[in-house]
Amino acid sequence: MHFEDGLVPEDYLAYIRKKSLWIAGGVFLLLILFVISISVGAVAIPLAEVLQTLFGQNISHKWDTIIWNIRLPQALTAVVAGAGLAAAGVAMQSILRNPLGSPFTLGIANAGAFGAAFAVIVLGTGQMHSTVANAVTISNPYLTTVMAFIFCLAATAVILLISKVKGASPEVMVLTGVAISSLFTAGTMFLQYFASDAQLAAVVFWTFGDVSRASWPELALMAVIVTAGAVFFTANRWNYNAIDAGDETAKGLGVKVERVRNIGMVVGALVTAVVVSFLGVIGFVGLVCPHMARRIIGDDQRYLIPASCVMGCILLLAADTAARIIVSPYVLPVAVLTAFLGAPVFVYLLVRGYRR
Amino acid sequence: MNLSVEELRFMYRNQEVLQDISCTVEPGEVVAVLGPNGVGKTTLLKCLNRILRPKSGAVYLGDENLLGLDTLELARRIGYVPQRVETGRLTAFDAVLIGRRPHIGWDITERDLKVVDAVFRRLSMNHLRLSYIDEMSGGELQKVAIARALVQEPRILLLDEPTSNLDLKNQVDILEIIAHIVREHGIAVVMTMHDLNQALRFGNRFIFLKDRRIFLYGRGDEITPGVIQSVYGIPVIIDTIGGQPVVVPVRGRTG
Repeated sequence: MHFEDGLVPEDYLAYIRKKSLWIAGGVFLLLILFVISISVGAVAIPLAEVLQTLFGQNISHKWDTIIWNIRLPQALTAVVAGAGLAAAGVAMQSILRNPLGSPFTLGIANAGAFGAAFAVIVLGTGQMHSTVANAVTISNPYLTTVMAFIFCLAATAVILLISKVKGASPEVMVLTGVAISSLFTAGTMFLQYFASDAQLAAVVFWTFGDVSRASWPELALMAVIVTAGAVFFTANRWNYNAIDAGDETAKGLGVKVERVRNIGMVVGALVTAVVVSFLGVIGFVGLVCPHMARRIIGDDQRYLIPASCVMGCILLLAADTAARIIVSPYVLPVAVLTAFLGAPVFVYLLVRGYRR
Repeated sequence: MNLSVEELRFMYRNQEVLQDISCTVEPGEVVAVLGPNGVGKTTLLKCLNRILRPKSGAVYLGDENLLGLDTLELARRIGYVPQRVETGRLTAFDAVLIGRRPHIGWDITERDLKVVDAVFRRLSMNHLRLSYIDEMSGGELQKVAIARALVQEPRILLLDEPTSNLDLKNQVDILEIIAHIVREHGIAVVMTMHDLNQALRFGNRFIFLKDRRIFLYGRGDEITPGVIQSVYGIPVIIDTIGGQPVVVPVRGRTG
């Protein structure tokens, strides 16, 4: 059966061009926000001088130090983590066929928190410091990160194993995720019950996700994994579109649904695990940014994946910037602000409905 | 090219669901699969395009064994419209474009867009192409699903209950579209149905399933009240109204 008499559909091309423009607009907004984010903080740097420093001119040694060592890696971390969490979220929502899907649905955040608690309390990596900026520090951040990462992967392995045995149905995956997050939450509470005050404070401190924790090497590693994940999800956009149309439709279109589910879940978990291990738990971004993007741009994964990433970058960067100025000179962890900032915007978008 | 099914057998866990299924479907033919609920009509369709893997047997298109093909290759030959179609915030054009999945490499080409455009024109639904499918009626959504299967450029179209949940006009619309496509493009259609009268009106040949096997595979004139009573377990009379055979159950009338 062949259809050779079709025309190039100009009206449709105009329609999708509009979606590309929305994404381009989002990127533009992100760039502006990026410069603003670098300029504000305990020490304000004029916008022009931020730009000049970023483009390699030496305005002042002090600016160089602040921008290159602190603010730029922090802003880039927010961008990378926001994109990673949002991309993992949009993929999970499709894979799990569930609007409540997020990078944390499978219990990965709770597993990571347990790993960190285990490192701090059992392996003794946490202690109390009295500095203005941070009341508590993790004395061995690498071991804590590694433990968090190991437990994230362990949680993923369990879900993968169960979905291999029981078949990769969304229900099984989601319910296993619920069981795993409860289990690790209980484990964390158990450890906390026997912890000293200092250890308890260190665990709670770790749990508040914070993008200032990563310096260049961690940022580079995170960027590699997040980029690889985003490319992977983009390569699978037609598979996710097909799965969104129903499992049976997707199978009829030649999509190996179970395999796409399992691999997508592992990639999403890996991206989430890296972000959580380095930065702690940053909620809301992965769940809600995809939905914000859906309201503006629709459910077509070709545009939804990049739009969600841009939305994730914007929200996390905006939250981090706000966290720095809201109670200056104190710096709030960004996880506290993502929901404060994001929830009103999201509720507005829900009430307004889809853009026509 | 004929679709031939040979000795197909399907088991769910240890339970025999279908056995000894053999039949041939010719191009340009609409075959209706009939039988009571739970007899395995949908299972049979899913075995044909390997959504379910048959225990044994073979499905040939011409002399090509379909069960040995890669899934994407298979999807270029067989289109499938399941009973349940999900909606989302997509335009009808985007939703149909997904049907090009078996042909898409990294990204869509101009040809993909042209094929989708041609199918929208062919099904007289050009006015719907930029409508969002989550705002569509059941009939419109079913047309989108059929269009999505057609842009696969299949030689065989499998339809699972294409007219369930549709009003009378939409039922006839959908079946006329299918009949038209079959005639014009010489593809073969295998569809499951509950409505015997619609099946008799639009089908060329009929498969009646009973007790896991084909009870009868034949043309309309072979369908007698006895066949229908054996398969469905209810006495009927078959009459002709307006030139169409009509099946009427009699138990309710005779008490």
